[in-house]
Amino acid sequence: MVFKHQYISATEEDKKAMLDELGIKSVEELYRDIPKKIRLNRPLDLPSPLVEADLKRFIERMMDKNVTHKDMPVFLGSGVWLHYVPAVVRSLAFLPEFLTAYTPYQSEISQGILQALFEYQSMICEITGMDVANASMYDWASALGEAALMAGRATKRKEILIPRIIHPERKATLKTYIHNIMSFKEIPYNTETGTIDLNALDNAISGSTAAVYVENPNYFGVVEHEVAEISSIAHENGALFVVGVDPTSLGVLAPPGEYGADIVIGEGQPLGVDPSFGGPLIGLFACRDDKALIRNMPGRLIGMTEDTQGNRCYTITLQTREQHIRREKATSNICSNEALCAIQVAVYLACVGPKGLVQLGETCMANAKYVMKRINEIEGFTAPIFDSTHFKEFTVKSQIPVDEVHRMLLDRGVHGGKIIKNEFPELGEASLYCVTEIHSIEDMEKLLEALTEISRSSG
Amino acid sequence: MAEGFKQAIWKERDKVLEPLIFEISVPGRVGHVLPKACDKVVSEVGDVLKSIPEKIRRKTPVNLPEVSEIQLTRHYLHLAQMNYAVDLGFYPLGSCTMKYNPKINEEIARMDKISRLHPYQDASTVQGALELLYRFEKMLAEISGMARVTLQPSAGAHGELTGLCIIRKYHEDRGEIQNRREIIVPDSAHGTNPASANMAGFSVVTIPSSTDGCVDLEALRTVVGKQTAGLMLTNPNTLGIFEEEILEISDIIHSVGGLLYYDGANLNGVLNKVRPGDMGFDIVHFNLHKTFSTPHGGGGPGAGPVGVKEKLVPYLPIPIVEYDEKKGAYYLDYNRPKSIGKMKGFYGNFGVIVKAYSYILSLGAEGLNEVAEVAVLNANYLAKKIREIPGFSLPYAEDKPRKHECVISAAKLKAETGVTAFDVAKRILDFGIHAPVVYFPQIVEEALMIEPTETETKENLDAFVSVMKKISSEAYGEKEKVLSAPHSTSVSRVDEVRAARKPILSWKMYQKYKS
Repeated sequence: MVFKHQYISATEEDKKAMLDELGIKSVEELYRDIPKKIRLNRPLDLPSPLVEADLKRFIERMMDKNVTHKDMPVFLGSGVWLHYVPAVVRSLAFLPEFLTAYTPYQSEISQGILQALFEYQSMICEITGMDVANASMYDWASALGEAALMAGRATKRKEILIPRIIHPERKATLKTYIHNIMSFKEIPYNTETGTIDLNALDNAISGSTAAVYVENPNYFGVVEHEVAEISSIAHENGALFVVGVDPTSLGVLAPPGEYGADIVIGEGQPLGVDPSFGGPLIGLFACRDDKALIRNMPGRLIGMTEDTQGNRCYTITLQTREQHIRREKATSNICSNEALCAIQVAVYLACVGPKGLVQLGETCMANAKYVMKRINEIEGFTAPIFDSTHFKEFTVKSQIPVDEVHRMLLDRGVHGGKIIKNEFPELGEASLYCVTEIHSIEDMEKLLEALTEISRSSG
Repeated sequence: MAEGFKQAIWKERDKVLEPLIFEISVPGRVGHVLPKACDKVVSEVGDVLKSIPEKIRRKTPVNLPEVSEIQLTRHYLHLAQMNYAVDLGFYPLGSCTMKYNPKINEEIARMDKISRLHPYQDASTVQGALELLYRFEKMLAEISGMARVTLQPSAGAHGELTGLCIIRKYHEDRGEIQNRREIIVPDSAHGTNPASANMAGFSVVTIPSSTDGCVDLEALRTVVGKQTAGLMLTNPNTLGIFEEEILEISDIIHSVGGLLYYDGANLNGVLNKVRPGDMGFDIVHFNLHKTFSTPHGGGGPGAGPVGVKEKLVPYLPIPIVEYDEKKGAYYLDYNRPKSIGKMKGFYGNFGVIVKAYSYILSLGAEGLNEVAEVAVLNANYLAKKIREIPGFSLPYAEDKPRKHECVISAAKLKAETGVTAFDVAKRILDFGIHAPVVYFPQIVEEALMIEPTETETKENLDAFVSVMKKISSEAYGEKEKVLSAPHSTSVSRVDEVRAARKPILSWKMYQKYKS
């Protein structure tokens, strides 16, 4: 029986016509040059093909075993956050002309994507206070790896200073990227405030330091307010100042460009990209308009130019940094990035606008502060652990073992924060909670009631 | 596809097509209103903005566009109409495998139970997601003949870097990394191969291809030794030719203690025919956005899973999805002391992976076999018909069959008419067809790398051949039309020199430039 599938257009007649043109009897003759010894002479051991209706049902049944924040309130953050994705973001970013397009190497026929990405780059520059942004990296963690390597190339130095308070997966990724090429040192934090210890930074920095890296807000949700001082320390020692951001904070916190950042990285996912169990995400990457920095920058850059008629248009530019031109001398190996996610971010920023970005920050901060305050009132819980301004995430310490709290919350239909006691043992029984604009007052009250019950039942 | 093709042109005013979003912004408009904190919260917490320390509080207004939802919709739709895509027409880009992107996959990826999952949720709440990852891993392992597969890398190049980090760790583990400094690549390799090797801290040794376009075994023998960490190869190679001597190549590398890396970009033509694991490869990366139909999105997101042979399994990035028989549940295993660590946060591009999984479920082994056969038949058909056109040739082993792609040379056309592969590419756009890849691989002069894929209709293949015939006759006759192409796209030839000489990379830089 002839296998017929909707994705393959060739009919038996089509195949016969092509075989005749080639003067051969079967397609098998086109595989004659593969040594018999290694030919796979059996069908691959894969499930039998499913027609679309059955396929959909099969996957739906499997995914029914998942629970989302629509079924139970989830208070997780830590690198991926739950925010609302406006309908207009999906309907425009997923237009087939964007979704099924290739990388815009043929500029003349790809002005749509090129301009959309130019606008994305522009908006990232505006919110971060930088001049140049690339068309995306894979995520914040890999952007950190690339930023370290870039700082190494630009300064010809081999060390990066990072905060002790950092997402463990970002640290792990950095390690992989700089392995045998650069080294890193961790700067301790002030145990009262949870902010970077400036004295320790001053002592640690040297002529070997390529970059000082700071996250703002940091992994614990704490707002670093001495960033101008950190910038000075970095620059006085000839190091670059790299800042990592959660861009949902940039409506209410000063953009890193205003306090001296040379490179800004971050995670664009909370601006219009669904969490999708951790990917695709989108790494932000921006720098100052400095020839030495731009020359060393990884990733694709879209620039403005003209066509033969003098019409304003766009094209991929400064390609001599990239792998397809420079090969082993490229600033990075990155080829495919997260372009469609960049369009989602651009549509999101354009639709919420300046007031929206401020509103987003305000609502998240207010909701988080409310929950933080009320948790602190529950016996057996301290929130936050640090005496500082927090953005949308905060630490919670509990007298009851945190694994038990987690289980008891799940039993009551609530997903608590991320358990961080193994990442930061010095904090004891600690978790990292996140509250955003998607949490309704009912969601928040449900968490608080559950914690109150847990507190009571534990005596 | 005919000369009647004309791409949309949205032109607002002289010299300006679709305005930039900043230019259509009007103060006071908004495209989406976000929720405010409710009264109960506000009464409890007061003015949160005032609570931010003054020196870190944002004071300068955010410069984002202010547009209404209708403006936003029209703006992006105008841009979309000035963009080419697989859904519009033929995209014979070699090495990119621009096959049709199934719509059911999009529907599935957008399900709440997939798109709204947080990666740090308790394993008990994400069993469906973990099960999908586990099953998909097994499928890729079977397709490639490898033991286990990591789904973490976000793209092919990311997969290459992952594979090279594994090679690095393997040699470190044996105390040999001080010596094993070199990665060998053929001169026909994709640019990401040497770029990835460099990122992983290796130096790159490039070997010339032989006159038949394949790896020159003698050249290979002279460069291997105790300093060899590994060889990166794609098979079929970038000419679309199967490296018949792959078992010999494998022996040469393994006999000096090196590892063999497979760039999976060219997997489409050999699915169910031969597996990299059986060819002797130790590490493989896949491009889900090529072979497995996930959409390119104008440059991503893709995914680049990496498969390894048993001896390299301990080095895979963490975490790996495992199944606990006793508990009857899937879990994430981080307890892997020899792992290279992480290549990025979380587990991989799950939203892309589900599309590839759905694709394989739709086709099965029978379907993937058909995919390979039709892809190969289409490519060979085009190779034969195009090389017969004046000015074009099929360099390197003309009589050898190709697999999923072929590389045509326009060197004769250039020599006899002055029309280059670049010009040909631009003229192809005038017919509503995307140009093939040009000037790659570097070992072919005036290269046009053509990969039709199995999803294309024969009518379109024939139409493409007609277009190439037309362009050839134009080149030998009234060549001006080719030299000044394209004419039917929304803009004419773009000045790339100007773009690089005076870079304007953002609205901010544009404002400076204007003043």
